[in-house]
Amino acid sequence: MESTESTKRYKFTIPQEEYITPGHSACPGCGEPLAMRYLLKALGPNTVINVPAGCCAVIPGVWPRYAVKVPFVDHAFECTAAVSSGIKAALEKKGMDDVTVVGWAGDGGTVDIGLQALSGAVDRDTDFLYVMYDNEAYMNTGIQCSGATPCGAWTTTTPGGKHIQQRRDKKKILDMMIANGIVYGATVSVAYPDDFIRTIQKAKGIKGPKFIHAYSPCPSGWRMDPRKAIEVSRLAVRTGAFPLYEFHNGKYSFTKEIKKRKPVEEYLRLQGRFKHLTPADVAEVQALVDREYEALVAKVGASGR
Amino acid sequence: MIEMMNANYAAARAAKLARVDVTAVYPITPQTSISEKLAEMVQKGEMDAKFMMMESEHSAMSALIGASYVGARTFTATSSHGLALMHEMLMWAVGARRPIVMPVAARTIGGPWNIWGEHHDVITERDTGWLQIFCENNQEVLDTVLMAYRVAEDPEVMLPIMVIEDGFILSHTVDIVDVPEQEKVDRYLPPFKPEYPVDVKNPMRHGGLMMPDWWTEFRYLIYQSQEVARTKLLEAEKEFEAIFGRSYGGMMEYYKCDDADAVLVVAGSAAGTAKEVADRYRAEGKKVGVAKLRVFRPFPAEEVRRLADMTTTIGVFDRSYTYGDGGAMFNEVRSALQSTGSVMKDYVGGLGGRDVTVKFIEWIFDDLLRIAEAGKADRTVEWVGLKDGTGRW
Amino acid sequence: MYKTYKDLPAEPVASQHTEDIMTGTWRTIRPVLNEDKCIRCYMCWKFCPDMSMIVEKEGDYPHVDLDHCKGCGICSNECPRGAIRMERETL
Repeated sequence: MESTESTKRYKFTIPQEEYITPGHSACPGCGEPLAMRYLLKALGPNTVINVPAGCCAVIPGVWPRYAVKVPFVDHAFECTAAVSSGIKAALEKKGMDDVTVVGWAGDGGTVDIGLQALSGAVDRDTDFLYVMYDNEAYMNTGIQCSGATPCGAWTTTTPGGKHIQQRRDKKKILDMMIANGIVYGATVSVAYPDDFIRTIQKAKGIKGPKFIHAYSPCPSGWRMDPRKAIEVSRLAVRTGAFPLYEFHNGKYSFTKEIKKRKPVEEYLRLQGRFKHLTPADVAEVQALVDREYEALVAKVGASGR
Repeated sequence: MIEMMNANYAAARAAKLARVDVTAVYPITPQTSISEKLAEMVQKGEMDAKFMMMESEHSAMSALIGASYVGARTFTATSSHGLALMHEMLMWAVGARRPIVMPVAARTIGGPWNIWGEHHDVITERDTGWLQIFCENNQEVLDTVLMAYRVAEDPEVMLPIMVIEDGFILSHTVDIVDVPEQEKVDRYLPPFKPEYPVDVKNPMRHGGLMMPDWWTEFRYLIYQSQEVARTKLLEAEKEFEAIFGRSYGGMMEYYKCDDADAVLVVAGSAAGTAKEVADRYRAEGKKVGVAKLRVFRPFPAEEVRRLADMTTTIGVFDRSYTYGDGGAMFNEVRSALQSTGSVMKDYVGGLGGRDVTVKFIEWIFDDLLRIAEAGKADRTVEWVGLKDGTGRW
Repeated sequence: MYKTYKDLPAEPVASQHTEDIMTGTWRTIRPVLNEDKCIRCYMCWKFCPDMSMIVEKEGDYPHVDLDHCKGCGICSNECPRGAIRMERETL
């Protein structure tokens, strides 16, 4: 298996300490616990996480148990960033300025129902890290289309049939947050844990509202073999469907540069959610990915070195 | 110190005196000047609190839940649509056992638009698990906020409390308020020390997924705390009286109810008007009384039942209508009085900012005295003050 | 640990962890490591969503925590040397 991650022998290239415990309730091959695993490896124990409804509320397990080793606060669906603001304000009032507050929500909980609260928290300049783990649909309720469902994907509310139904692309949440005033933004993927951890650690050191868009595969919802979860995630990066980049100090840069992008079809064909796409549909998705990728390349180019 | 202020400023001053740590607000008429006053006091350095301007009332309540989890004393205020938008988080605050105190300047809910006072917004939140206390005047608003923190944060209670002031009638009307000294308030109100704070040194999950096997038991604990709160409210008021010399009659104040031919149960500012009318009627030899329903949650069923020993005829004034068989307040009172043989009637009015005048209350007392004489009510519900063509209103 | 409502914490807080939840029972296929092929790059450890690929310390061979491994097969797919085979579970 080809990999861009370090395969240095006999060495851990990411921190060994674990902050989530086995026995959690994620489906086999789920990206969410991996993403949280990397997040907490990067942040360490001086962290408070708050989560809304979604897989993220179910995966940590059932009372009186939970699978996370840092304080973990649950709340309703649309208020992740607002609760983060409250937690941070109280910590600041008590002089605990060194605790990292993480609002952690899925794509639906972020780009749709949670958008108002997120925008408000960024506008208030809340010093927190908002992480959207993006599995590209409402997975906890059973695969309904969200504002982050990509062009062409089957979901139970975009059943489609033989043709592409979902024509529009994902909401450009990172662009929206940059326009909203975040001090740092980045995309990360569970297929690149070293980069994931490096990015989170960088974000941790920056004061102000930070937004992380984390790619998180969902074998159940994407209709794919769980064992392919990381392979598919890697292909998302290598085809340019989910490029890894960051925004800091007004500049864009790639955190994982892809010299020669693979055809997006390689990414699509591993997933049942795209199997109904005709060659023309695939070409349409490819054109969309090309357009978005070129736009990003232009932004990186304009940022200079 | 005696000062002149409206109920909104009284509420904000109470938050300052209570040494609130975190406030999160969103403007809505007629509550807005509470938020403005908080902003001003924090900005001037008079109040040592974090002030957060939110993007909605839903977010305001959410932020306070987060802050309260960490162990902050929290405060916000709202009205009307703001309260309705909070609805989901009101219930979350209860389930998460967060002792948030929130004045509500009670108001209509649209449509059509109407910004003025009535009780519909707060009455429709009666099932959330919040404690609800109706205030008669501005002094009572300030004092009740302080008492509310004492009860809400009691380890045996740990429930949020709504302090209700009538929109505009109290929120925007200036009255004499005796503002207590800070050191006395500090003596009355110890700092908030939750048993299970969010703490990186002792991590826990707060409010996570719960299965059917224990859900009922946790709901039962909330019920139990509501029951305990009855005693705690009385104790808090007794202690308050010992320090500040003021009290408000506990769960229900009986005003000239002994030996009355008829009693009107009334909540909020209209209680003051009703007492005034009762004084006049008593002077004329008409035996009427006023039962001021101060605490609506937990519902003072025991205190209501005592009315049956004082009188035969009981009217209830609902300043809202919930489209049941009579209004919400009426139905709760009727339910408490079942099998006592009391003759009862519901009076709906004072909606959407329409004044509850002396004439209005007189009309109700006259009707009640007729019922007392007849020994039965002519109907269950009467909408008082309707423009019905008779020329009375 | 809790027998009646009287034992419960006043707030619904959870403070135990999930190690005693045997998610290994979900598994239909299990990873089997061939140490001869293993180069100890720990990619399997790195990508395991269930923290079930155990490496005690650097230099050790990984081994599978079968109490918790859900049998997703990511370790097998990501192994650069094909050292992990997924075998069907039998009763």
